[in-house]
Amino acid sequence: MNFFKLFKQNKSAPIARERLQVLLAHERISTGRSELVSRMRQDIVDVIARHVGIKTDDVRVKINHRKSVFTLKIDMEVPTAQDSS
Amino acid sequence: MAKVVVVTSGKGGVGKTTSTAALGAALAQNGQSVVVVDFDIGLRNLDLMMGAERRVIFDLINVIQGSANLSQALIRDKRLENLYLLAASQTRDKNALTEKGVLQVISELRKKFDWVLCDSPAGIERGAVLAMKHADIAIIIANPEISSVRDSDRIIGLLDAKTERAKNGQEVEKHLLITRFDSSRAGTGEMLEVDDISDILSIPLLGVVPESKDILSASNLGIPITLSNKNSTSAQAYRDAAKRLNKEDIPIIIPTKKRNFLAGWFSGRAA
Ligand SMILES: Nc1ncnc2c1ncn2[C@@H]1O[C@H](COP(=O)(O)OP(=O)(O)OP(=O)(O)O)[C@@H](O)[C@H]1O
Ligand SMILES: [Mg+2]
Repeated sequence: MNFFKLFKQNKSAPIARERLQVLLAHERISTGRSELVSRMRQDIVDVIARHVGIKTDDVRVKINHRKSVFTLKIDMEVPTAQDSS
Repeated sequence: MAKVVVVTSGKGGVGKTTSTAALGAALAQNGQSVVVVDFDIGLRNLDLMMGAERRVIFDLINVIQGSANLSQALIRDKRLENLYLLAASQTRDKNALTEKGVLQVISELRKKFDWVLCDSPAGIERGAVLAMKHADIAIIIANPEISSVRDSDRIIGLLDAKTERAKNGQEVEKHLLITRFDSSRAGTGEMLEVDDISDILSIPLLGVVPESKDILSASNLGIPITLSNKNSTSAQAYRDAAKRLNKEDIPIIIPTKKRNFLAGWFSGRAA
């Protein structure tokens, strides 16, 4: 009889927890908080467009959060003189 | 001031209706006036859990459409005089539930009761959104199981986006109620831990209701568990949860069938 195996084989809950953490981090961005992202993107575009000619599509906003760290990443293409000729 | 509470989950069959009936009765037993409202249009069940199915003459849709007024449709509980039910309609037309109608009914109920408990339909569609629309407080029902937790997270997203409170820049007060908890598996690593669920969803715990045959017999009898079998551990869990809703500070006991010295080990307080 393998006493240790008996202990080991049932621990599926930690795996469930990990899968959930990974899954929900993604789903929160693509569902519940997507509105936040799109609203922020629009606000950012509005501010920048006052100074340089950019379109909404030129700006990418990404939110990431793990445990206590929350990061906001903004990517933007600003047109050069040649583009606007 | 009246409190509007939505009992919601995303996933179906996790215990929303059972919990609405049990918590409604427990709050009424504390002497407060309570109405439980069935938002599950077409699939009403709260009347059965309350044992009032034969006394439903008018329902929520009748009130919304103006074919009955609210006091005609409110059904007083046979056991507690300060507990009322507003039944759902059996109509198949879910669009009979309108945004304007819901607003009007909820505002009237706010004037009459201390607590308005809304039993949400499953899902994340229109019906669930209408049930949560005017909520001040949300009780999220989850089972210790991966798909239930995932759906709870979706519902929390909706509470933060679609409710009136969210639109006014306020927050809905959220509580996690874990039901159908298998106490013989607690702490064995086979079932998601209560604290993990609460952490993952990042909402505080309101209580843990064990899986119990008493719940089935309560529904057979049509008497909320908090009235039919006061000594059962499930009734105790619901009663404590109701007290916590009233801001009473009592420790949360996680049900376990382990021996006593381990019971202390597994019990804990919500953050
Ligand atoms: N703690 C419990 N122990 C045992 N059975 C339970 C428990 N809680 C609920 N049940 C049973 O689970 C079933 C579903 O419960 P209930 O109708 O309350 O869920 P629901 O979330 O309202 O479902 P729906 O999404 O269909 O509205 C019922 O048969 C009920 O008796
Ligand atoms: Mg139900």
